[in-house]
Amino acid sequence: MIYNKQIEAMDITSMQKLQLERLKELVKRVYEKVPFYKQKFDEIGVKPEDIQSLSDISKLPFTTKDEMRGTYPYGLLSTPLDDIVEIHTSSGTTGTPVVAAYTENDRTLWSEVMARCLAMAGADKTDTIQNAYGYGLFTGGLGVHHGGGPVGATVIPISSGNTQKQLQYMQDFKSTILTCTPSYSLFMAEVASESGLDFRNFDLKAGIFGAEPWSDNMRVEIEKKLNLKAYDIYGLTEIIGPGVSCECQEQNGLHINEDFFYPEIIDAETGEVLPEGEKGELVFTTLSREGTPLIRYRTRDITWLFRDKCSCGRTTIKMHRLLGRNDDMLIIKGVNVFPSQIENILMKIENTEPHYQIIIDRESSQLDNVELQVEVEESFFSDETKDLETIRNRIHNEMKQQLGISLNIKLVEPKSIERSMGKAKRVIDKRDLPKAGNK
Amino acid sequence: MKVKQISVFLENTTGRLAEVTKTIANAGINLRAISIADTADFGILRIIVDKPDEGMKVLKSTEFTAKLTDVIGIVLDDQPGGLNKVMEIFNRDGVNIEYLYSSLINEKGSVVIIFKVEDIDHGLKIVEKAGLEAIASF
Repeated sequence: MIYNKQIEAMDITSMQKLQLERLKELVKRVYEKVPFYKQKFDEIGVKPEDIQSLSDISKLPFTTKDEMRGTYPYGLLSTPLDDIVEIHTSSGTTGTPVVAAYTENDRTLWSEVMARCLAMAGADKTDTIQNAYGYGLFTGGLGVHHGGGPVGATVIPISSGNTQKQLQYMQDFKSTILTCTPSYSLFMAEVASESGLDFRNFDLKAGIFGAEPWSDNMRVEIEKKLNLKAYDIYGLTEIIGPGVSCECQEQNGLHINEDFFYPEIIDAETGEVLPEGEKGELVFTTLSREGTPLIRYRTRDITWLFRDKCSCGRTTIKMHRLLGRNDDMLIIKGVNVFPSQIENILMKIENTEPHYQIIIDRESSQLDNVELQVEVEESFFSDETKDLETIRNRIHNEMKQQLGISLNIKLVEPKSIERSMGKAKRVIDKRDLPKAGNK
Repeated sequence: MKVKQISVFLENTTGRLAEVTKTIANAGINLRAISIADTADFGILRIIVDKPDEGMKVLKSTEFTAKLTDVIGIVLDDQPGGLNKVMEIFNRDGVNIEYLYSSLINEKGSVVIIFKVEDIDHGLKIVEKAGLEAIASF
């Protein structure tokens, strides 16, 4: 069922007319209300009235994540703070978070796009959604939650973790749709099988998985092990959270809610807009956001856009499943991690330039297993084991505190980490994930 | 007197200890005491050699992480109660032992036990006050 047929099955001409109206209004609003954008526009000499067609969007400047950090906490608001009803943040390299602020209208918009996504995966009022995305500042939990209401489904806000209880509730409440990270779904399957449970006896029909990259092989495995149809959902805190795009029954590309999120693909090097079908960096403009509106936000995600005659009846533009990222960001256990963050933490502990390597694996436990190997330097080597163990625990605790994830710390001998061209290879990712293509 | 001990960081992998013994053997350095502290992931080899500064040099040049630490080598009678005598004194005078191990020296009815104590100067004072012999070098 299409949740909003009028929009989602709109003819292209009408959609583009709607997008242009909203774009003009957005550009005018950010120019008048957000000093950050006024300055950016003025620097390159572009005025709101220069936007007369959709293609004129290429005259506008890009917005990067670093620039968003620079506006922390409220520098991007285009409405008075009184109108903000909800705030989410996303972590980053420098420790300064990126803020997404929502007005009542933004929250309604979020509910609307999330409801459309749930409906794409077949959700309606007869369904019970077990929402195992984390609730809190992370947009996953509350995003799905907001969408459950308009669809009329029953939402179980169980959040992530406590896997035994997840499996119990899944049976007791006869959950029909599971929402969580793809790796967590496989971990649930593992725990279920250890407990002698068989998903064929469960009521799950669909899973809506996102917040981390996953491959087609992983989809096959999830569908087999959890006995459901696995849908890919895409979103990011900066734009709205989950609900930017989602797969329909076809599982062939994610329909973008383009009436709210105007997509472009650009050449990451030159910034030039690429035609449909060409691979490049995904860029979004939030056509209707009021709280923290964004002009041409660079997601760093690599994909391509296409329109096909989808059997589901939706006419909205599609993006291919993510092909990778054009920076060195890792997504571990659903958390964004940059190698530079790990380096900074180690430097603070050791007072020296650290030699380290991150080895990520998803084979053994289905959950991301991360080993951080740190070479033992003379500066902190000791003849007593307890001193080295203290260092190891300190590294572990600092990483946990600052990155929010638990890493296995292994102390290794100097030079045991392979150097190539004089520079150590920092990340060995053994997970079966989509790889970045060209830039 | 203090004795210089070399400690070496070792990963728990086959052949690493042999690398160390080969390195010091090739340099013509003689082992006088040896012990290993091991954990699940790594070990710390502690050795006393006849030429500690040379030992350090060759180990570092083979890219081992090594360091010198001062320890006490106490000469004890090789008979029942020999070690216990020291332990009683240390216990009484509050000398906290981090670790200890035996040396490879055994002559004229005496042995040398290597002690790493929390406060080495305090420990040495206690040893000397009790009339025990702390050897200067091997």
